[in-house]
Amino acid sequence: MPFDVAATVVANLALSHDYNVLALDAPQIAEAAIPGQFVMVKAATGHDPLLRRPFSVFEILRDASGRATGLSLLVKRIGVSTGLLYDAKPGDTIMCLGPLGQPFTLVDAPADGWMVAGGVGLAPVWTLAEALVARGVTTTLFYGARRNDELFYLDFFRTLGVELVLTTEDGSGGEQGRVIAPLERALAARPADQPVSLYACGPEGMLAATARTAAAFGRPCEVSVERIMGCGMGGCYSCVVPMKSEGGGFHHVRSCIAGPVLDAAQIVWD
Amino acid sequence: MGTGQQAPVDLSVRIGSLTIANPVMSASGCFGYGVEYAGMVDLSTLGAVVVKGLFLKEREGHPAPRIVETPAGMINAIGLQGIGVHRFISEKLPELRERRATVVVNVCGTTVDEYAEVSRILSDAEGVHALELNISCPNIKEGGIQFGCSLGGTHDVVSAVRKVTSLPIIPKLTPNVTDPASFARAAEAAGADAVSLVNTFLALAIDIESRRPKISNGMGGLSGPAIRPIAVRMVYECRQAVKIPVVGMGGIMNARDALEFMIAGATAVQVGTANFVDPLIWNTIVSGIGDYLTRHGIKSVDALIGSVDMGKH
Ligand SMILES: Cc1cc2nc3c(=O)[nH]c(=O)nc-3n(C[C@H](O)[C@H](O)[C@H](O)COP(=O)(O)O)c2cc1C
Repeated sequence: MPFDVAATVVANLALSHDYNVLALDAPQIAEAAIPGQFVMVKAATGHDPLLRRPFSVFEILRDASGRATGLSLLVKRIGVSTGLLYDAKPGDTIMCLGPLGQPFTLVDAPADGWMVAGGVGLAPVWTLAEALVARGVTTTLFYGARRNDELFYLDFFRTLGVELVLTTEDGSGGEQGRVIAPLERALAARPADQPVSLYACGPEGMLAATARTAAAFGRPCEVSVERIMGCGMGGCYSCVVPMKSEGGGFHHVRSCIAGPVLDAAQIVWD
Repeated sequence: MGTGQQAPVDLSVRIGSLTIANPVMSASGCFGYGVEYAGMVDLSTLGAVVVKGLFLKEREGHPAPRIVETPAGMINAIGLQGIGVHRFISEKLPELRERRATVVVNVCGTTVDEYAEVSRILSDAEGVHALELNISCPNIKEGGIQFGCSLGGTHDVVSAVRKVTSLPIIPKLTPNVTDPASFARAAEAAGADAVSLVNTFLALAIDIESRRPKISNGMGGLSGPAIRPIAVRMVYECRQAVKIPVVGMGGIMNARDALEFMIAGATAVQVGTANFVDPLIWNTIVSGIGDYLTRHGIKSVDALIGSVDMGKH
Protein backbone atom coordinates (compact mmCIF):
# COMPACT_ATOMS: atom_id res chain seq x y z
CA MET A 1 0.00 0.00 0.00
CA PRO A 2 1.42 3.40 -0.91
CA PHE A 3 1.86 6.18 1.62
CA ASP A 4 1.34 9.86 0.93
CA VAL A 5 3.84 11.83 2.96
CA ALA A 6 4.53 15.54 3.35
CA ALA A 7 8.26 14.90 3.25
CA THR A 8 10.83 17.35 4.55
CA VAL A 9 13.87 17.99 2.38
CA VAL A 10 16.86 16.95 4.48
CA ALA A 11 19.55 17.70 1.90
CA ASN A 12 19.87 18.89 -1.66
CA LEU A 13 23.14 18.14 -3.40
CA ALA A 14 23.77 19.82 -6.75
CA LEU A 15 25.79 17.38 -8.86
CA SER A 16 26.05 19.75 -11.82
CA HIS A 17 24.20 22.60 -13.46
CA ASP A 18 21.44 20.14 -14.46
CA TYR A 19 21.50 17.33 -11.94
CA ASN A 20 20.79 17.19 -8.23
CA VAL A 21 20.12 14.61 -5.55
CA LEU A 22 17.29 15.48 -3.23
CA ALA A 23 17.12 13.67 0.11
CA LEU A 24 13.65 13.35 1.65
CA ASP A 25 12.53 12.39 5.11
CA ALA A 26 10.03 9.64 4.24
CA PRO A 27 10.79 6.59 6.39
CA GLN A 28 7.58 4.65 5.66
CA ILE A 29 8.09 4.85 1.91
CA ALA A 30 11.80 4.10 2.19
CA GLU A 31 11.12 1.08 4.38
CA ALA A 32 8.64 -0.38 1.89
CA ALA A 33 10.34 0.48 -1.42
CA ILE A 34 12.03 -2.23 -3.48
CA PRO A 35 14.35 -1.74 -6.47
CA GLY A 36 12.56 -0.39 -9.54
CA GLN A 37 9.69 1.27 -7.68
CA PHE A 38 8.95 4.97 -7.92
CA VAL A 39 7.31 7.86 -6.10
CA MET A 40 5.00 10.64 -7.33
CA VAL A 41 6.32 14.00 -6.19
CA LYS A 42 4.90 17.52 -6.07
CA ALA A 43 7.07 20.44 -5.04
CA ALA A 44 4.68 23.29 -5.80
CA THR A 45 1.89 24.06 -3.37
CA GLY A 46 -0.41 25.88 -5.80
CA HIS A 47 -2.08 24.84 -9.04
CA ASP A 48 0.77 25.63 -11.42
CA PRO A 49 2.46 23.26 -11.89
CA LEU A 50 -0.52 21.12 -10.96
CA LEU A 51 0.36 17.45 -11.30
CA ARG A 52 2.91 15.31 -9.52
CA ARG A 53 5.89 13.91 -11.39
CA PRO A 54 7.22 10.35 -11.22
CA PHE A 55 10.74 9.67 -9.94
CA SER A 56 12.56 6.40 -9.35
CA VAL A 57 13.70 5.90 -5.80
CA PHE A 58 17.46 6.57 -5.99
CA GLU A 59 19.04 5.79 -2.61
CA ILE A 60 17.45 4.42 0.53
CA LEU A 61 18.86 6.57 3.35
CA ARG A 62 19.64 4.76 6.58
CA ASP A 63 20.65 5.68 10.10
CA ALA A 64 23.60 4.14 11.97
CA SER A 65 21.50 1.14 12.97
CA GLY A 66 20.54 0.48 9.35
CA ARG A 67 16.95 1.59 9.72
CA ALA A 68 15.49 3.35 6.65
CA THR A 69 15.00 7.04 7.40
CA GLY A 70 14.26 8.39 3.95
CA LEU A 71 15.03 8.25 0.29
CA SER A 72 16.69 10.36 -2.32
CA LEU A 73 15.76 11.27 -5.88
CA LEU A 74 18.18 11.77 -8.76
CA VAL A 75 16.75 14.72 -10.65
CA LYS A 76 17.63 16.14 -14.05
CA ARG A 77 16.35 19.66 -14.52
CA ILE A 78 14.24 19.84 -17.69
CA GLY A 79 11.13 21.83 -16.84
CA VAL A 80 9.34 23.82 -14.19
CA SER A 81 8.70 20.94 -11.80
CA THR A 82 12.25 19.59 -11.95
CA GLY A 83 13.48 23.18 -11.59
CA LEU A 84 11.59 23.46 -8.30
CA LEU A 85 13.22 20.22 -7.14
CA TYR A 86 16.65 21.53 -8.20
CA ASP A 87 16.11 24.68 -6.15
CA ALA A 88 14.50 23.03 -3.11
CA LYS A 89 16.03 23.95 0.26
CA PRO A 90 16.49 21.79 3.35
CA GLY A 91 13.34 22.22 5.44
CA ASP A 92 11.06 22.57 2.41
CA THR A 93 8.09 20.23 2.19
CA ILE A 94 7.54 17.99 -0.81
CA MET A 95 4.50 15.78 -1.26
CA CYS A 96 5.72 12.25 -1.90
CA LEU A 97 3.44 9.31 -2.74
CA GLY A 98 4.81 5.79 -2.89
CA PRO A 99 6.25 3.30 -3.21
CA LEU A 100 4.50 2.62 -6.51
CA GLY A 101 4.78 0.21 -9.41
CA GLN A 102 6.35 -3.13 -10.18
CA PRO A 103 9.99 -3.76 -9.24
CA PHE A 104 12.82 -5.45 -11.10
CA THR A 105 12.98 -9.25 -11.02
CA LEU A 106 16.25 -10.04 -9.26
CA VAL A 107 18.31 -12.85 -10.76
CA ASP A 108 20.33 -15.36 -8.80
CA ALA A 109 23.91 -16.49 -9.30
CA PRO A 110 25.32 -18.10 -11.35
CA ALA A 111 23.56 -15.62 -13.66
CA ASP A 112 25.26 -12.25 -13.92
CA GLY A 113 23.27 -9.03 -13.67
CA TRP A 114 24.13 -6.44 -16.28
CA MET A 115 22.70 -3.00 -15.80
CA VAL A 116 22.45 -0.48 -18.61
CA ALA A 117 21.90 3.18 -17.72
CA GLY A 118 21.77 6.35 -19.78
CA GLY A 119 21.88 9.78 -18.12
CA VAL A 120 19.25 10.19 -15.42
CA GLY A 121 18.37 6.52 -16.07
CA LEU A 122 20.99 5.84 -13.41
CA ALA A 123 18.28 6.51 -10.81
CA PRO A 124 16.85 3.00 -10.25
CA VAL A 125 20.27 1.36 -10.67
CA TRP A 126 21.60 2.31 -7.22
CA THR A 127 19.16 0.13 -5.26
CA LEU A 128 19.15 -2.53 -7.99
CA ALA A 129 22.93 -2.87 -7.81
CA GLU A 130 22.83 -3.06 -4.01
CA ALA A 131 20.18 -5.77 -4.11
CA LEU A 132 21.97 -7.85 -6.76
CA VAL A 133 25.30 -7.61 -4.96
CA ALA A 134 23.62 -8.59 -1.69
CA ARG A 135 22.43 -11.81 -3.40
CA GLY A 136 25.94 -12.60 -4.52
CA VAL A 137 25.27 -11.79 -8.18
CA THR A 138 28.22 -10.60 -10.25
CA THR A 139 27.27 -7.25 -11.72
CA THR A 140 28.36 -4.92 -14.49
CA LEU A 141 27.05 -1.43 -15.16
CA PHE A 142 27.13 -0.10 -18.72
CA TYR A 143 26.69 3.59 -18.10
CA GLY A 144 26.50 6.31 -20.73
CA ALA A 145 26.21 10.08 -20.44
CA ARG A 146 26.72 13.17 -22.56
CA ARG A 147 30.01 14.14 -20.90
CA ASN A 148 32.45 12.83 -18.33
CA ASP A 149 31.21 15.27 -15.67
CA GLU A 150 27.75 13.71 -15.94
CA LEU A 151 28.94 10.23 -15.01
CA PHE A 152 28.00 10.25 -11.34
CA TYR A 153 28.76 8.07 -8.33
CA LEU A 154 31.36 5.89 -10.03
CA ASP A 155 33.18 5.39 -6.73
CA PHE A 156 30.02 4.13 -5.08
CA PHE A 157 29.56 1.45 -7.71
CA ARG A 158 33.25 0.51 -7.71
CA THR A 159 33.25 0.15 -3.92
CA LEU A 160 30.13 -1.99 -4.12
CA GLY A 161 32.00 -4.28 -6.51
CA VAL A 162 30.16 -3.41 -9.70
CA GLU A 163 32.29 -3.56 -12.84
CA LEU A 164 31.93 -0.32 -14.79
CA VAL A 165 31.84 0.12 -18.55
CA LEU A 166 31.55 3.83 -19.33
CA THR A 167 30.73 5.78 -22.46
CA THR A 168 30.26 9.47 -23.23
CA GLU A 169 28.84 11.06 -26.34
CA ASP A 170 31.74 13.50 -26.63
CA GLY A 171 34.47 11.05 -25.65
CA SER A 172 35.45 13.04 -22.54
CA GLY A 173 35.15 9.91 -20.41
CA GLY A 174 35.14 6.18 -21.14
CA GLU A 175 34.53 5.06 -24.70
CA GLN A 176 33.14 7.63 -27.14
CA GLY A 177 29.62 6.91 -28.37
CA ARG A 178 26.59 5.11 -27.03
CA VAL A 179 26.50 2.47 -24.39
CA ILE A 180 25.04 -0.11 -26.79
CA ALA A 181 28.38 -0.68 -28.57
CA PRO A 182 30.26 -2.10 -25.57
CA LEU A 183 27.14 -3.94 -24.47
CA GLU A 184 26.96 -5.71 -27.83
CA ARG A 185 30.62 -6.68 -27.66
CA ALA A 186 30.24 -8.03 -24.14
CA LEU A 187 27.18 -10.06 -25.09
CA ALA A 188 28.96 -11.42 -28.18
CA ALA A 189 31.91 -12.45 -26.03
CA ARG A 190 29.81 -14.22 -23.41
CA PRO A 191 29.50 -18.00 -23.84
CA ALA A 192 25.91 -19.15 -24.33
CA ASP A 193 26.04 -21.43 -21.29
CA GLN A 194 26.77 -18.51 -18.95
CA PRO A 195 23.45 -16.89 -18.09
CA VAL A 196 23.08 -13.14 -17.84
CA SER A 197 20.07 -10.91 -17.21
CA LEU A 198 19.87 -7.35 -18.45
CA TYR A 199 18.26 -4.37 -16.72
CA ALA A 200 17.99 -1.04 -18.50
CA CYS A 201 16.83 2.48 -17.71
CA GLY A 202 17.35 5.58 -19.81
CA PRO A 203 16.12 7.34 -22.94
CA GLU A 204 13.55 5.48 -25.06
CA GLY A 205 16.00 4.99 -27.95
CA MET A 206 18.54 3.41 -25.63
CA LEU A 207 15.89 1.12 -24.15
CA ALA A 208 14.74 0.00 -27.59
CA ALA A 209 18.33 -0.65 -28.67
CA THR A 210 19.03 -2.59 -25.47
CA ALA A 211 15.87 -4.64 -26.01
CA ARG A 212 16.88 -5.44 -29.61
CA THR A 213 20.40 -6.37 -28.56
CA ALA A 214 19.20 -8.56 -25.70
CA ALA A 215 16.77 -10.33 -28.03
CA ALA A 216 19.46 -10.85 -30.66
CA PHE A 217 21.62 -12.64 -28.09
CA GLY A 218 18.69 -14.47 -26.51
CA ARG A 219 19.13 -12.84 -23.09
CA PRO A 220 16.30 -11.80 -20.75
CA CYS A 221 15.96 -8.04 -20.36
CA GLU A 222 13.83 -5.82 -18.17
CA VAL A 223 13.48 -2.11 -18.86
CA SER A 224 12.21 0.67 -16.63
CA VAL A 225 10.16 2.85 -18.97
CA GLU A 226 9.48 6.52 -18.56
CA ARG A 227 6.10 7.88 -19.66
CA ILE A 228 4.26 11.08 -18.87
CA MET A 229 2.14 10.09 -15.89
CA GLY A 230 -0.94 11.73 -14.45
CA CYS A 231 -1.51 9.88 -11.21
CA GLY A 232 0.90 6.96 -10.74
CA MET A 233 -1.92 4.81 -9.36
CA GLY A 234 -3.70 3.46 -12.44
CA GLY A 235 -6.43 6.08 -12.31
CA CYS A 236 -5.94 8.04 -15.50
CA TYR A 237 -4.60 5.73 -18.24
CA SER A 238 -2.05 8.32 -19.38
CA CYS A 239 1.20 6.38 -19.18
CA VAL A 240 0.44 3.43 -21.43
CA VAL A 241 2.92 1.18 -23.20
CA PRO A 242 1.89 -1.09 -26.11
CA MET A 243 2.57 -4.74 -25.29
CA LYS A 244 2.38 -7.75 -27.63
CA SER A 245 -0.88 -9.67 -27.46
CA GLU A 246 -1.22 -13.40 -27.85
CA GLY A 247 -2.06 -14.15 -31.45
CA GLY A 248 -0.72 -10.83 -32.75
CA GLY A 249 -1.67 -7.22 -32.24
CA PHE A 250 -1.05 -5.24 -29.07
CA HIS A 251 -2.70 -4.06 -25.91
CA HIS A 252 -1.92 -1.02 -23.79
CA VAL A 253 -0.79 -1.48 -20.19
CA ARG A 254 -0.52 1.32 -17.65
CA SER A 255 3.19 1.66 -16.93
CA CYS A 256 2.44 2.98 -13.43
CA ILE A 257 0.86 -0.25 -12.21
CA ALA A 258 1.98 -2.89 -14.75
CA GLY A 259 5.45 -1.23 -14.83
CA PRO A 260 7.52 0.88 -14.79
CA VAL A 261 9.66 -2.26 -15.05
CA LEU A 262 8.48 -4.30 -18.03
CA ASP A 263 9.75 -7.32 -19.94
CA ALA A 264 11.55 -5.79 -22.93
CA ALA A 265 10.62 -8.73 -25.16
CA GLN A 266 6.90 -8.05 -24.65
CA ILE A 267 6.96 -4.36 -25.55
CA VAL A 268 6.01 -3.28 -29.08
CA TRP A 269 8.97 -1.01 -29.79
CA ASP A 270 8.89 0.57 -33.30
CA MET B 1 -13.72 20.73 16.23
CA GLY B 2 -16.35 18.94 14.20
CA THR B 3 -15.25 16.76 11.30
CA GLY B 4 -17.70 15.54 8.66
CA GLN B 5 -18.47 12.39 10.61
CA GLN B 6 -19.28 14.18 13.86
CA ALA B 7 -21.18 17.06 12.33
CA PRO B 8 -24.91 16.87 13.04
CA VAL B 9 -25.74 17.51 9.42
CA ASP B 10 -27.26 15.25 6.82
CA LEU B 11 -24.94 15.01 3.84
CA SER B 12 -27.10 12.58 1.88
CA VAL B 13 -28.59 13.59 -1.46
CA ARG B 14 -30.92 11.97 -3.96
CA ILE B 15 -30.31 11.35 -7.65
CA GLY B 16 -33.54 9.92 -8.99
CA SER B 17 -34.30 6.77 -6.98
CA LEU B 18 -30.76 6.61 -5.62
CA THR B 19 -29.81 8.13 -2.28
CA ILE B 20 -26.09 8.60 -1.76
CA ALA B 21 -24.49 9.15 1.65
CA ASN B 22 -22.67 12.31 0.63
CA PRO B 23 -22.54 14.44 -2.51
CA VAL B 24 -18.92 13.73 -3.49
CA MET B 25 -18.20 11.29 -6.35
CA SER B 26 -15.13 10.41 -8.34
CA ALA B 27 -15.25 11.70 -11.92
CA SER B 28 -15.15 9.12 -14.68
CA GLY B 29 -11.73 8.38 -16.12
CA CYS B 30 -9.96 9.89 -13.14
CA PHE B 31 -10.32 7.03 -10.67
CA GLY B 32 -9.77 3.96 -12.86
CA TYR B 33 -12.33 1.31 -11.97
CA GLY B 34 -12.11 2.37 -8.32
CA VAL B 35 -10.33 -0.83 -7.31
CA GLU B 36 -6.94 0.74 -8.13
CA TYR B 37 -7.42 3.02 -5.12
CA ALA B 38 -8.91 0.50 -2.70
CA GLY B 39 -5.59 0.09 -0.86
CA MET B 40 -5.56 3.77 0.05
CA VAL B 41 -9.17 4.91 0.05
CA ASP B 42 -12.22 3.33 1.69
CA LEU B 43 -14.42 3.25 -1.42
CA SER B 44 -17.60 3.13 0.65
CA THR B 45 -16.89 6.64 1.95
CA LEU B 46 -17.35 8.23 -1.47
CA GLY B 47 -20.86 9.34 -2.40
CA ALA B 48 -20.31 7.21 -5.48
CA VAL B 49 -17.47 5.73 -7.46
CA VAL B 50 -17.94 6.68 -11.10
CA VAL B 51 -15.80 4.31 -13.16
CA LYS B 52 -13.95 4.76 -16.43
CA GLY B 53 -16.10 4.86 -19.58
CA LEU B 54 -17.13 1.44 -20.92
CA PHE B 55 -18.13 0.33 -24.38
CA LEU B 56 -19.49 -3.09 -25.24
CA LYS B 57 -16.02 -4.24 -26.28
CA GLU B 58 -12.47 -3.61 -25.11
CA ARG B 59 -10.68 -0.60 -26.57
CA GLU B 60 -6.99 0.26 -26.60
CA GLY B 61 -7.34 4.04 -26.92
CA HIS B 62 -4.77 6.44 -28.34
CA PRO B 63 -0.98 6.05 -28.21
CA ALA B 64 1.07 7.95 -25.58
CA PRO B 65 1.64 10.81 -24.95
CA ARG B 66 -1.96 11.12 -23.84
CA ILE B 67 -1.73 14.08 -21.48
CA VAL B 68 0.03 17.39 -21.22
CA GLU B 69 -0.03 19.78 -18.33
CA THR B 70 -1.21 23.33 -19.05
CA PRO B 71 -1.59 26.33 -16.71
CA ALA B 72 -3.62 25.11 -13.72
CA GLY B 73 -4.92 22.22 -15.78
CA MET B 74 -4.21 19.40 -18.16
CA ILE B 75 -5.26 18.29 -21.62
CA ASN B 76 -6.00 14.61 -22.13
CA ALA B 77 -6.83 12.40 -25.06
CA ILE B 78 -6.92 8.90 -23.63
CA GLY B 79 -9.30 7.70 -26.33
CA LEU B 80 -11.48 5.77 -23.89
CA GLN B 81 -9.22 2.80 -23.35
CA GLY B 82 -11.28 0.28 -21.44
CA ILE B 83 -11.94 -3.37 -20.72
CA GLY B 84 -15.51 -3.44 -22.04
CA VAL B 85 -18.68 -4.07 -20.12
CA HIS B 86 -18.36 -7.87 -19.80
CA ARG B 87 -14.87 -7.88 -18.30
CA PHE B 88 -15.89 -5.01 -16.02
CA ILE B 89 -18.74 -7.09 -14.63
CA SER B 90 -16.64 -10.21 -14.13
CA GLU B 91 -13.32 -8.65 -13.06
CA LYS B 92 -14.05 -5.37 -11.26
CA LEU B 93 -17.64 -5.34 -10.04
CA PRO B 94 -17.22 -8.17 -7.49
CA GLU B 95 -14.51 -6.22 -5.65
CA LEU B 96 -16.52 -2.99 -5.81
CA ARG B 97 -19.49 -4.85 -4.32
CA GLU B 98 -17.34 -6.39 -1.62
CA ARG B 99 -16.02 -2.95 -0.70
CA ARG B 100 -19.58 -1.62 -0.56
CA ALA B 101 -18.98 1.09 -3.12
CA THR B 102 -21.93 2.89 -4.66
CA VAL B 103 -21.11 2.31 -8.31
CA VAL B 104 -22.01 4.56 -11.21
CA VAL B 105 -20.89 3.28 -14.60
CA ASN B 106 -19.95 5.74 -17.34
CA VAL B 107 -21.56 4.25 -20.46
CA CYS B 108 -20.14 4.86 -23.93
CA GLY B 109 -21.33 3.91 -27.37
CA THR B 110 -20.62 4.44 -31.04
CA THR B 111 -24.31 3.99 -31.85
CA VAL B 112 -27.58 4.52 -29.99
CA ASP B 113 -27.99 0.73 -29.95
CA GLU B 114 -24.63 0.28 -28.25
CA TYR B 115 -25.56 2.71 -25.44
CA ALA B 116 -28.76 0.76 -24.93
CA GLU B 117 -27.04 -2.61 -25.06
CA VAL B 118 -24.31 -1.66 -22.56
CA SER B 119 -26.97 -0.14 -20.28
CA ARG B 120 -29.16 -3.24 -20.50
CA ILE B 121 -26.25 -5.52 -19.59
CA LEU B 122 -25.27 -3.30 -16.64
CA SER B 123 -28.86 -3.17 -15.39
CA ASP B 124 -28.81 -6.94 -15.00
CA ALA B 125 -25.53 -6.89 -13.07
CA GLU B 126 -25.61 -6.81 -9.28
CA GLY B 127 -23.97 -3.78 -7.72
CA VAL B 128 -24.46 -1.09 -10.37
CA HIS B 129 -26.39 1.82 -8.85
CA ALA B 130 -26.70 4.30 -11.70
CA LEU B 131 -25.61 4.89 -15.28
CA GLU B 132 -23.85 8.01 -16.46
CA LEU B 133 -24.19 8.31 -20.24
CA ASN B 134 -21.01 9.66 -21.76
CA ILE B 135 -22.28 11.61 -24.75
CA SER B 136 -19.54 14.18 -24.33
CA CYS B 137 -16.07 12.67 -24.80
CA PRO B 138 -14.18 15.04 -27.11
CA ASN B 139 -11.48 12.50 -27.95
CA ILE B 140 -13.01 9.86 -30.17
CA LYS B 141 -14.29 10.11 -33.71
CA GLU B 142 -17.46 8.08 -33.64
CA GLY B 143 -20.01 8.19 -30.87
CA GLY B 144 -19.81 10.23 -27.74
CA ILE B 145 -19.77 13.82 -28.64
CA GLN B 146 -21.66 13.44 -31.91
CA PHE B 147 -24.70 12.67 -29.74
CA GLY B 148 -23.82 15.21 -27.08
CA CYS B 149 -23.52 18.07 -29.57
CA SER B 150 -26.94 17.50 -31.10
CA LEU B 151 -30.22 17.97 -29.23
CA GLY B 152 -31.79 15.18 -31.27
CA GLY B 153 -28.85 12.85 -30.58
CA THR B 154 -29.02 13.57 -26.86
CA HIS B 155 -32.73 12.81 -26.89
CA ASP B 156 -32.25 9.59 -28.87
CA VAL B 157 -29.57 8.16 -26.60
CA VAL B 158 -31.40 9.00 -23.38
CA SER B 159 -34.75 7.68 -24.53
CA ALA B 160 -33.21 4.47 -25.91
CA VAL B 161 -31.49 3.82 -22.58
CA ARG B 162 -34.62 4.80 -20.64
CA LYS B 163 -36.47 1.94 -22.39
CA VAL B 164 -34.03 -0.71 -21.15
CA THR B 165 -33.27 0.28 -17.56
CA SER B 166 -34.90 1.36 -14.35
CA LEU B 167 -31.55 2.49 -12.92
CA PRO B 168 -31.09 6.26 -12.55
CA ILE B 169 -29.64 7.60 -15.79
CA ILE B 170 -27.38 10.64 -15.81
CA PRO B 171 -26.40 11.91 -19.26
CA LYS B 172 -23.05 13.68 -19.05
CA LEU B 173 -23.11 16.91 -20.99
CA THR B 174 -20.38 18.59 -22.97
CA PRO B 175 -19.35 22.19 -22.37
CA ASN B 176 -18.38 22.44 -26.05
CA VAL B 177 -21.74 23.95 -27.05
CA THR B 178 -23.08 27.47 -26.78
CA ASP B 179 -26.03 26.58 -24.56
CA PRO B 180 -25.58 23.50 -22.35
CA ALA B 181 -28.91 24.23 -20.65
CA SER B 182 -30.82 23.35 -23.82
CA PHE B 183 -29.13 19.94 -23.73
CA ALA B 184 -30.13 19.51 -20.10
CA ARG B 185 -33.71 20.23 -21.16
CA ALA B 186 -33.51 17.68 -23.99
CA ALA B 187 -32.17 15.08 -21.57
CA GLU B 188 -34.90 15.79 -19.02
CA ALA B 189 -37.60 15.52 -21.68
CA ALA B 190 -36.20 12.15 -22.76
CA GLY B 191 -36.47 10.74 -19.25
CA ALA B 192 -33.10 11.41 -17.62
CA ASP B 193 -33.00 11.32 -13.82
CA ALA B 194 -30.20 13.90 -13.62
CA VAL B 195 -27.55 15.48 -15.81
CA SER B 196 -23.86 15.77 -15.06
CA LEU B 197 -21.49 18.39 -16.40
CA VAL B 198 -18.94 19.39 -17.44
CA ASN B 199 -16.93 16.97 -19.48
CA THR B 200 -13.67 18.46 -20.72
CA PHE B 201 -13.26 21.50 -22.97
CA LEU B 202 -11.83 20.76 -26.41
CA ALA B 203 -8.31 22.18 -26.33
CA LEU B 204 -4.93 22.20 -28.06
CA ALA B 205 -1.34 22.64 -26.84
CA ILE B 206 1.46 22.98 -29.39
CA ASP B 207 5.19 22.38 -29.04
CA ILE B 208 6.61 25.49 -30.68
CA GLU B 209 9.96 23.82 -31.51
CA SER B 210 8.50 20.91 -33.47
CA ARG B 211 5.27 22.78 -34.30
CA ARG B 212 3.40 19.61 -33.46
CA PRO B 213 0.63 19.05 -30.91
CA LYS B 214 1.94 17.96 -27.54
CA ILE B 215 -0.28 14.87 -27.36
CA SER B 216 -0.57 12.10 -29.91
CA ASN B 217 -4.21 12.68 -30.80
CA GLY B 218 -3.64 16.36 -31.58
CA MET B 219 -6.49 17.94 -29.66
CA GLY B 220 -7.75 16.82 -26.28
CA GLY B 221 -9.94 17.79 -23.36
CA LEU B 222 -8.99 20.44 -20.80
CA SER B 223 -9.70 19.75 -17.13
CA GLY B 224 -8.56 21.05 -13.76
CA PRO B 225 -8.89 24.39 -11.93
CA ALA B 226 -8.43 26.34 -15.17
CA ILE B 227 -11.98 25.43 -16.26
CA ARG B 228 -13.78 25.86 -12.96
CA PRO B 229 -15.47 29.27 -13.35
CA ILE B 230 -16.89 28.31 -16.74
CA ALA B 231 -18.12 25.00 -15.37
CA VAL B 232 -19.77 26.74 -12.41
CA ARG B 233 -21.58 29.09 -14.82
CA MET B 234 -22.84 26.16 -16.90
CA VAL B 235 -24.05 24.27 -13.83
CA TYR B 236 -25.92 27.38 -12.74
CA GLU B 237 -27.57 27.69 -16.17
CA CYS B 238 -28.63 24.05 -16.16
CA ARG B 239 -30.01 24.32 -12.63
CA GLN B 240 -32.21 27.19 -13.85
CA ALA B 241 -33.37 25.20 -16.88
CA VAL B 242 -34.40 21.81 -15.44
CA LYS B 243 -36.08 20.25 -12.41
CA ILE B 244 -33.91 17.10 -12.29
CA PRO B 245 -30.71 17.16 -10.22
CA VAL B 246 -27.50 18.51 -11.72
CA VAL B 247 -24.19 16.85 -10.90
CA GLY B 248 -21.44 19.45 -11.18
CA MET B 249 -17.74 19.14 -11.86
CA GLY B 250 -14.77 20.86 -13.41
CA GLY B 251 -11.65 21.78 -11.48
CA ILE B 252 -12.83 21.00 -7.96
CA MET B 253 -9.70 20.91 -5.78
CA ASN B 254 -11.16 21.25 -2.27
CA ALA B 255 -14.34 21.66 -0.21
CA ARG B 256 -14.62 25.35 -1.08
CA ASP B 257 -14.77 24.54 -4.78
CA ALA B 258 -17.32 21.76 -4.21
CA LEU B 259 -19.50 24.14 -2.19
CA GLU B 260 -19.31 26.73 -4.97
CA PHE B 261 -20.79 24.20 -7.41
CA MET B 262 -23.50 23.24 -4.94
CA ILE B 263 -24.46 26.83 -4.28
CA ALA B 264 -24.63 27.31 -8.06
CA GLY B 265 -27.08 24.42 -8.24
CA ALA B 266 -25.25 21.10 -8.12
CA THR B 267 -26.95 18.40 -6.05
CA ALA B 268 -23.72 16.41 -6.09
CA VAL B 269 -20.21 16.98 -7.39
CA GLN B 270 -17.52 14.92 -9.05
CA VAL B 271 -13.80 15.28 -8.57
CA GLY B 272 -11.45 14.28 -11.38
CA THR B 273 -8.07 15.87 -11.92
CA ALA B 274 -7.62 16.74 -8.22
CA ASN B 275 -7.50 13.02 -7.41
CA PHE B 276 -4.30 12.76 -9.46
CA VAL B 277 -2.72 15.40 -7.25
CA ASP B 278 -4.10 14.10 -3.95
CA PRO B 279 -5.54 10.58 -3.83
CA LEU B 280 -6.63 11.15 -0.23
CA ILE B 281 -8.76 14.15 -1.17
CA TRP B 282 -12.14 12.49 -0.54
CA ASN B 283 -12.30 12.79 3.21
CA THR B 284 -10.96 16.35 3.05
CA ILE B 285 -13.78 17.44 0.76
CA VAL B 286 -16.58 15.53 2.48
CA SER B 287 -15.62 16.71 5.95
CA GLY B 288 -15.07 20.25 4.66
CA ILE B 289 -18.64 20.33 3.34
CA GLY B 290 -19.90 19.09 6.71
CA ASP B 291 -17.89 21.72 8.56
CA TYR B 292 -19.27 24.47 6.33
CA LEU B 293 -22.87 23.40 6.90
CA THR B 294 -22.28 23.25 10.64
CA ARG B 295 -20.63 26.66 10.66
CA HIS B 296 -23.59 28.17 8.78
CA GLY B 297 -26.21 26.31 10.80
CA ILE B 298 -27.57 24.59 7.69
CA LYS B 299 -29.22 21.27 8.58
CA SER B 300 -29.08 19.48 5.24
CA VAL B 301 -27.31 19.75 1.93
CA ASP B 302 -30.62 20.31 0.16
CA ALA B 303 -30.92 23.75 1.69
CA LEU B 304 -27.64 24.76 0.11
CA ILE B 305 -28.23 23.54 -3.43
CA GLY B 306 -28.86 26.38 -5.86
CA SER B 307 -28.94 28.92 -3.03
CA VAL B 308 -26.84 31.50 -4.86
CA ASP B 309 -28.26 35.01 -4.74
CA MET B 310 -27.68 36.47 -8.19
CA GLY B 311 -29.08 39.88 -7.28
CA LYS B 312 -26.83 42.83 -8.13
CA HIS B 313 -24.20 43.73 -5.52
C1 LIG C 1 -7.48 11.61 -17.86
C2 LIG C 1 -8.96 11.87 -17.94
C3 LIG C 1 -9.81 10.86 -18.39
C4 LIG C 1 -11.18 11.07 -18.49
N1 LIG C 1 -12.01 10.05 -18.90
C5 LIG C 1 -13.35 10.24 -18.93
C6 LIG C 1 -14.24 9.17 -19.27
O1 LIG C 1 -13.84 8.03 -19.52
N2 LIG C 1 -15.58 9.44 -19.31
C7 LIG C 1 -16.08 10.69 -19.00
O2 LIG C 1 -17.29 10.87 -19.05
N3 LIG C 1 -15.26 11.69 -18.64
C8 LIG C 1 -13.92 11.50 -18.60
N4 LIG C 1 -13.09 12.54 -18.21
C9 LIG C 1 -13.68 13.83 -17.82
C10 LIG C 1 -13.84 13.93 -16.30
O3 LIG C 1 -14.71 12.94 -15.81
C11 LIG C 1 -14.37 15.30 -15.90
O4 LIG C 1 -15.60 15.53 -16.56
C12 LIG C 1 -13.42 16.44 -16.26
O5 LIG C 1 -12.08 16.03 -16.11
C13 LIG C 1 -13.65 17.71 -15.44
O6 LIG C 1 -13.43 17.49 -14.06
P1 LIG C 1 -12.03 17.79 -13.31
O7 LIG C 1 -11.61 19.17 -13.71
O8 LIG C 1 -12.33 17.62 -11.86
O9 LIG C 1 -11.06 16.77 -13.82
C14 LIG C 1 -11.71 12.33 -18.13
C15 LIG C 1 -10.85 13.34 -17.65
C16 LIG C 1 -9.50 13.12 -17.55
C17 LIG C 1 -8.61 14.22 -17.02
